[in-house]
Amino acid sequence: MQKTRNWYLIPYSFWIALFVIAPIVLVVYYSFLDLEGHFSFVNYQKFFTSTYLTMTLSSFWYAFLITLFSLAIGYPTAYLLTKTKHKQLWLLLIILPTWINLLLKAYAFIGLFSTYGWANQTLEAIGIGRKQILFTDFSFVFVSVYIFIPFMILPIFNAIEKLNPSLVFAARDLGASSFMTFRRVVFPLTIDGVKSGCQLVFIPALSLFMITRLIAGNRVITLGTAIEQQFLVTQNWGMGATIAVFLIIAMAIILALTSTKRKKGATT
Amino acid sequence: MKKLIQLFVAIFLISGIILFALNRLNATQGYSGKNVLNIYNWGDYIDPELIDQFEKESGIKVVYQTFDSNEAMLTKIEQGGTTYDIAVPSDYAIAKMIEEDLVVPIDQKKIPNLKNIDPRFLDLSFDPGNKYSIPYFWGTVGIVYNQKLIDGKKPTSWKDLWDPALKNQILLADGAREVMGMSLNSLGYSLNETDEIKLQKAKANLMDLTPNVKAIVGDEIKLLLANEEAGIGVVWSGDANEIMSENENLNYVIPKEGSNVWFDNIVIPKTAKNVKGAHEFINFMLDPKNAAKNADYVGYSTPNEAALKLLDRDVREDKRFYPDKQVTDTLEVYENLGKEMLAHYNELFLEFKMHKK
Repeated sequence: MQKTRNWYLIPYSFWIALFVIAPIVLVVYYSFLDLEGHFSFVNYQKFFTSTYLTMTLSSFWYAFLITLFSLAIGYPTAYLLTKTKHKQLWLLLIILPTWINLLLKAYAFIGLFSTYGWANQTLEAIGIGRKQILFTDFSFVFVSVYIFIPFMILPIFNAIEKLNPSLVFAARDLGASSFMTFRRVVFPLTIDGVKSGCQLVFIPALSLFMITRLIAGNRVITLGTAIEQQFLVTQNWGMGATIAVFLIIAMAIILALTSTKRKKGATT
Repeated sequence: MKKLIQLFVAIFLISGIILFALNRLNATQGYSGKNVLNIYNWGDYIDPELIDQFEKESGIKVVYQTFDSNEAMLTKIEQGGTTYDIAVPSDYAIAKMIEEDLVVPIDQKKIPNLKNIDPRFLDLSFDPGNKYSIPYFWGTVGIVYNQKLIDGKKPTSWKDLWDPALKNQILLADGAREVMGMSLNSLGYSLNETDEIKLQKAKANLMDLTPNVKAIVGDEIKLLLANEEAGIGVVWSGDANEIMSENENLNYVIPKEGSNVWFDNIVIPKTAKNVKGAHEFINFMLDPKNAAKNADYVGYSTPNEAALKLLDRDVREDKRFYPDKQVTDTLEVYENLGKEMLAHYNELFLEFKMHKK
């Protein structure tokens, strides 16, 4: 039986070898090539200059902000969702926007946030007056949160759904305030959902590109933007690959830090 | 399990039908057969009626594909997967293609209509003697401004963009050569400068521009300028022409310090299978009537002297898009600076982009 089961793994291992391992090996290989295609460490030297280090830090900072706001909005939303009557309908409404192409959504936001757009008309109507919304840090974080928030809500929702309500009742019966119940019972038991939500948001947020140009007008430069430029414009594949290597390392670290170790006998 | 099998069978059937239909469609479009001409051009850069007309006159079936950057086009032709017979790269890309042996020489005897081209656009630095390329359209890089938004100011030079009154009013095109070239020109240097000290000065100069820059964007710049998101844009003349017809507050100027002049020429890539048809097509496009019709549709400046005479008077005499010789003499073509220098330009441009307000 054990043997036949191993056979089942063959298609998947081929897949992994071709589309996961081989590309990573290629990325690492290219990162050691200079513009002329010779072996060198010049790309790595360049990465450790202030330009790229600043870029790395700012990518992390924006990804952190995006994750933080997604969590701050996503957790209460997921919590409320579990209490609503038509859960499936609400969930569908949250998932629905992810079916629409990212580029279309970004263009829609250009329209909404532009000087004469709907957002500014509203601001003017309530007496605040026009503000520059497009091409600011605010619009970048806002749109990113909008794009990623379904990926934060879903795992948290699943975690809260699985939570046994009698634990909450028990805590309340024993005199814990609602805040204490949340802090000591609900949150620790749903932390796995929060972790996977954060992974699903933080990691893609690190390598965002497109919307850095469309929504932030290249006022925000992330590692993703830099990779795109190196490959498509400069055609310096080596440098692009080097940045990608650091991105892969960063992602691996994040995955390791937030990995959920299954405790023996733990039932949630 | 039974349902799952049913589902799989259904998906399999539908995919099969789609595949079959696709094959039939391709067959009726005449992908097979010898008399086919594969054209690879920028999007929306030819009057589709001319393709029909060419097909009727020559009996050659045209397959038309588009690209959106010289780099994308180069990559595809280098890989050689598709047999393009005609491509329309810009000046520096042509130099690169010649250098890398990606183009076939053009037999000028087979293109009698070459006599219609203004000699100003022949024998240029990127292709001396026009051995490999024939002019298609040309244009400049300049400033689009919206008088309503910048208090009736009329910028005439690159230096005017550094005016503190223009805070947060400028949109730049997302191109290292364009933006660095602008800064170099404003300092009185050549936009093909390779001297490190001058390049660093140009970068420092750009940093000073930061407070005025609202955003650095791609093709959206047309939409944003037409919708009055900002008062000033640094754009290609063709884009300017297009949005000026949408918003009448807009005007275009070629800065007096000089700027970039670019040429999109027709080449025959090494991958070509129908070299004879390609020559026929080039000759067809250079016919005065056809070139005029094409210029009318596309809106860019035509290098075809005979065709220019057929255009409307107000188009032909518009100095913004057909500048006099004394203006064009101040303009420079982007030279192929080599990979190393191009990477350096992009590096400096990146530092400018990362510079916070």
